[in-house]
Amino acid sequence: MTGFDAIKIREDFPFLKRKTKTGKTPIYLDSAATTQKPVQVINALTDYYENKNANPHRGIYELSEIATEEYEQARKKTAGFINAGESEIIFTRNATEAANLVKNSFAAEFLEKGDRILVSGMEHHANIIPWLMLKKKGVELDYIEITPEGKLEENWEDRITPKTRMVCVTHASNVLGTINDVKEICKIAREKGCVTVVDGAQAAPHFKPDMKEIGCDFYAFSGHKMLGPMGIGVLYGRKELLEKMPPFGGGDMIRSVERQSAEWNDIPYKFEAGTPNVEGAVGLGAAIDYLNGLGWENMRNHEEKLTGKVLEELSKFEKIRVLGPLDTKERVGAVAFTHAKIHPHDLASVMDAQSIAIRSGHHCAMPLHKTLGIPASARASFYVYNTAPEIDAFAEALRDAEKIFRVK
Amino acid sequence: MEMYSEQVLRYYEFPPNKGKIEADFHAKLNNPLCGDEIEVFLKTDGAGKITQASFEGQGCAISSASVSMLLEKLEGKSVSEAKETREEDVLKMLGGITPARFKCAFLGLEAVKKALETK
Repeated sequence: MTGFDAIKIREDFPFLKRKTKTGKTPIYLDSAATTQKPVQVINALTDYYENKNANPHRGIYELSEIATEEYEQARKKTAGFINAGESEIIFTRNATEAANLVKNSFAAEFLEKGDRILVSGMEHHANIIPWLMLKKKGVELDYIEITPEGKLEENWEDRITPKTRMVCVTHASNVLGTINDVKEICKIAREKGCVTVVDGAQAAPHFKPDMKEIGCDFYAFSGHKMLGPMGIGVLYGRKELLEKMPPFGGGDMIRSVERQSAEWNDIPYKFEAGTPNVEGAVGLGAAIDYLNGLGWENMRNHEEKLTGKVLEELSKFEKIRVLGPLDTKERVGAVAFTHAKIHPHDLASVMDAQSIAIRSGHHCAMPLHKTLGIPASARASFYVYNTAPEIDAFAEALRDAEKIFRVK
Repeated sequence: MEMYSEQVLRYYEFPPNKGKIEADFHAKLNNPLCGDEIEVFLKTDGAGKITQASFEGQGCAISSASVSMLLEKLEGKSVSEAKETREEDVLKMLGGITPARFKCAFLGLEAVKKALETK
């Protein structure tokens, strides 16, 4: 591995140096929920407010121009990150809001009673709820089933009916870790005349998603899961579609307003109502710079190595069942599992007592858990700053949990 | 770990009052945090005294032990006394519960209150 050193990277993350109540250095294994922030991102936020803050887009004065420039520069960086046009980048609060924007603008306008939406059975609620809300419009949902290995079923395309208008699928599952071949899915969906929505919340942090290559119509992701601040997310929309879609909101969406009519602004502005989150966009830009600096291939190698180690450690426990693929090439570094004798909440509590942060629950994927036949799971997830010794400590804590619960 | 006391673990592993019974009061409740589900059954005599209490369902160690211990305590008490049980009483009964697990600890109590209110 060329020059990738997680120990050195940790130096950039003030949070990872703090101590817990028991005086321990925390072992943070919940990056799939949100990542910690490097000082470069934190400094960008401070710098914005100390030196560049004004309301963008509207001011004539120099300071507003600076804020506008900062905001648009962040958009440019984001567009470069996913290989899209700048006008195709809409800043939202997060991936969930991005999916809701597709629902509120695209689906509300173009879908009709009797139309159907095909959703995968491994979706986060963010890629289910917006479509469920269309039920009152008479739109129905179908589901792509998942295999026991945690992959999408083969011949999933047979579930596309003549009335199917949209196919909504995650790029990487936040529970199973499974990386879906969204390029192939979008190709098939497009051939059958369906619009595609890809949830990239768990993928964008791990490999640069290329919009031209994937060929999706919409792609959603969150800044805070990839070292950026909370409250900034992205909706990529294919230009031709965005131009046809009605705006919603107010403020920056407007070019001119008469008493009885209004002329909408150009894309992407017609979707960004009111004063935007400039600070968040600037922070996301800084995060993209930081990740580019680490090198995406290096990061992926590091992640695969850690995931491999976790899977190996978990395989030593007879009573642990890992959810999702066992091949590190087929998954991201979010590893969910169940223990036959210990509830996920109890595992998380035992870990917490040792200052190890893992997540337990349904991870906002209740239909998936139902399919898997479990109420909840425990999940450890990894990012650029995690190390092999942290995984050793995690495995040791699992052994402790078995001792506490007298598992034989 | 203080939270997983000998007592909590014992009630979790061998709850003395698990199983469905013929009851005057019953309610089902789930913990939206984790999908755990608990159903409680309370049987009373003619004078409003709880004579038998039991539960069904799956949960974590904390929610399972909590409901089991609570129901055991409620046997012999009046319905109005049971209604007055407070969250603090449950925390005291269990000992060592961290705030992140309060929801688990209170699931049984909530189910009991729901059962007693719905009739």
